[in-house]
Amino acid sequence: MSNIPVDLKYAKTHEWARLNKDGSVTVGISDSAQDQLGDMVFVELPEAGQEVVAEEACAVVESVKAASDVYAPISGEVVEVNEALADSPETVNQDAFGAGWIFRLQPAAAADLDGLMDAEAYEAFLATEAH
Amino acid sequence: MPFIPHTDTDIREMLTTIGAGDIEDLFDEIPKSLRCGELSGVPDGMTEQEINRLMMERAETDGRPLCFMGAGAYDHHIPAAVWQITTRGEFYSAYTPYQAEASQGTLQLIYEFQTMMTGLTALDVSNASLYDGASALAEAVLMAVRANRKSRSRRILVPTTVHPHYRRTTRTIVDNQGIELVEVPYCSEGGNTVPDSLKHFEGEDITAVVIQHPNFFGILEEVDALTDWAHRQGALIIAVANPTSLALLKPPGEWGENGADIACGEGQPLGVPLAAGGPYFGYMCCKQALVRQIPGRIVGRTVDRDNRDGYTLTLQAREQHIRRSKATSNICTNQGLLVTAATIYMSLLGAEGLARVARACHANTLALVKKLTENEYVEPLFNRPCFHETALRFSLPLADVMRPLYAHNLLPGYDLSKDYPELGNALLVCATETRTAADIELYADHLNRVISAQTVAGCPVKPKMA
Repeated sequence: MSNIPVDLKYAKTHEWARLNKDGSVTVGISDSAQDQLGDMVFVELPEAGQEVVAEEACAVVESVKAASDVYAPISGEVVEVNEALADSPETVNQDAFGAGWIFRLQPAAAADLDGLMDAEAYEAFLATEAH
Repeated sequence: MPFIPHTDTDIREMLTTIGAGDIEDLFDEIPKSLRCGELSGVPDGMTEQEINRLMMERAETDGRPLCFMGAGAYDHHIPAAVWQITTRGEFYSAYTPYQAEASQGTLQLIYEFQTMMTGLTALDVSNASLYDGASALAEAVLMAVRANRKSRSRRILVPTTVHPHYRRTTRTIVDNQGIELVEVPYCSEGGNTVPDSLKHFEGEDITAVVIQHPNFFGILEEVDALTDWAHRQGALIIAVANPTSLALLKPPGEWGENGADIACGEGQPLGVPLAAGGPYFGYMCCKQALVRQIPGRIVGRTVDRDNRDGYTLTLQAREQHIRRSKATSNICTNQGLLVTAATIYMSLLGAEGLARVARACHANTLALVKKLTENEYVEPLFNRPCFHETALRFSLPLADVMRPLYAHNLLPGYDLSKDYPELGNALLVCATETRTAADIELYADHLNRVISAQTVAGCPVKPKMA
């Protein structure tokens, strides 16, 4: 897998998490995940203000093939959702690590990010999953 | 055609491959206490000839009574062409076939059904059907809980004017899912849900309000006021509506300022004959904004690469074979054959024909009430307008009246005392377009004779005017 940004953290359920300067964390699904799912037709977003718990489902991405849960990589409160995905879910396919972000949360504890994989570990993880 | 395509050899090979001794071994993780053991109550198989005879004999015990009973299932005329066409080989399957897109005719039919149902309800989308009206309401409640994301309470207001069976079924399905059904009492004069009676819920978090219209008593509810009240509280409106009535009454999509959010109900009146317990079918429609939460299947129209019209299953991604426990429901298109009949029924009648049926039902029921209440022991129970059934109050024990009427091969109506003991001797009566003036006359004659036989001099029962 060529496209795994090194500045992000990754969950085993294929979400990525980016720590922003203001302490919030942006969450999306990895390029590998969008590639597996195929053309996105709908993204069910969480609600701003919603409390999310690590490893619990809080959004749904629906492609022509399947509808899959998106899990919160860490616990926190949703502070912003990517409303643009309502009209153009294909952004997740086109730019999974950028404009295709799904929600931004205020982490309960930023240190929780340390429990996630770095790019190298995620690449190795993808290699094991490929079998 | 055998439905289990594996030969004994296939089965042995598969068991050997996975290292199991026999098929029983595959179930050994289910505790003994949960297994039902021998099905000793199930008799041996019968030949076609034997089963035909048994069924004929059982059908004869039902008789063919003159029916003045509604209460959720209605005796309508079904044009002969409906089942002539429905039972053609091309349609004669309960399910959407696997590889659904190979069955373009079936998909087109479902698409037409959906189009007709959205027309009747004035809502944006319809699914391909559900099991029956009662489970459709349960599914609508589950859907409302998923869809109303501003509400956290999972509380649903359910007036007691909603069909008692629907309320019971809904309770069975949603009770273990942390959903609270709050019953709202009806007005004893009007037989309706008074909007003011909801006032004490104001300011509370309510997920949805159910309104059956016409309600179980056949009475028209104040749908505009109830809908607007619910929307002001941030609650969704679930309409339960008889599809025949929608040809005359204001459709759910136009209730109040913004319309009902979900409409559901029993499809039986549309070309499905009365039978003990069905099979009938449920319908469900909703606003476009809620389409991702609607259970079941939706067929869409599209074009193929040569730009020809084609039909395809959409929103399937939410079903149980893909979403497992996260599926929006376990409903697919089990009732497809009944939907076929309903679609042909609606096509044959057309909008004007269905409206004529609805008008005839209304007129016949009014004529029936007028005729029966000429007897001094019978009077209308409620003072509000009805559609095609309504309740009558008897000033003598109802069971004593009904028994001899059954003996005259007449189904006089539905005894409300079991579900609504507070109403006393109350009978729900219905006269569809199939009941003639002579039928109504016959009912009145029998009733008058039965009542006069029971109210001879010295009888303690007092007539209503006394």
